[in-house]
Amino acid sequence: MVDKTTIIVHSGDMDKLYSALIIGDGALSMGMKSTLFFTFWGLERLKKGGLEKGSLSKMNMGGLGKSMINSRMKKANVASLEKLIQDYKELGGKIIACEMTMEIMGLKKEDLRQELIDEYGAIGTYIHEARESKINLFI
Amino acid sequence: MADNVIKIDVTGQTCPGPLVEFRKALNKASPGDIVEITGNHSASKKEIPMAAEDMGLEIVDIQEKEGIWKIKIRR
Repeated sequence: MVDKTTIIVHSGDMDKLYSALIIGDGALSMGMKSTLFFTFWGLERLKKGGLEKGSLSKMNMGGLGKSMINSRMKKANVASLEKLIQDYKELGGKIIACEMTMEIMGLKKEDLRQELIDEYGAIGTYIHEARESKINLFI
Repeated sequence: MADNVIKIDVTGQTCPGPLVEFRKALNKASPGDIVEITGNHSASKKEIPMAAEDMGLEIVDIQEKEGIWKIKIRR
């Protein structure tokens, strides 16, 4: 069986979403399978138009810090979150949206980017994925 | 018969771009094909062969000249 990396994407912060997607892309690139379970603030990023809306987890300073980091990342030629998530899907990465979060936040499937989401599930789905994963992270 | 070579250039790309592009090229390759990847991201010079090793692929050649490396992996 192929090894798997499973990540709970709980945070909607921009820098943490970068971490999750880079790890997911890296795992797929190195021959592993990958599952990202988007829950709570993380799921907000799968709303239509929401991917790049996260603030910095530290020193956001009302968006000033974020635009500073963004311009530095551009200079360093770091890919956008959109590019990272498209690569993730192209390499066969799986995305699960948390149904309980959808209920709490009043989100309908139509509010989310359904083309990115493979499955809608709850804790059972996550445990099912995680129990057979070599790398399990909570971000 | 000469090897079928798939060439990709990731010069200027940073983490995780080179690894991702390497993997995409591998997916397009047939068994026995060579993927030749050129770039200048220093960590990737180490990590692309690492990925190949993890996937049980043959590292055919690694070269570097003036900061530009070229890695050949057989699928």
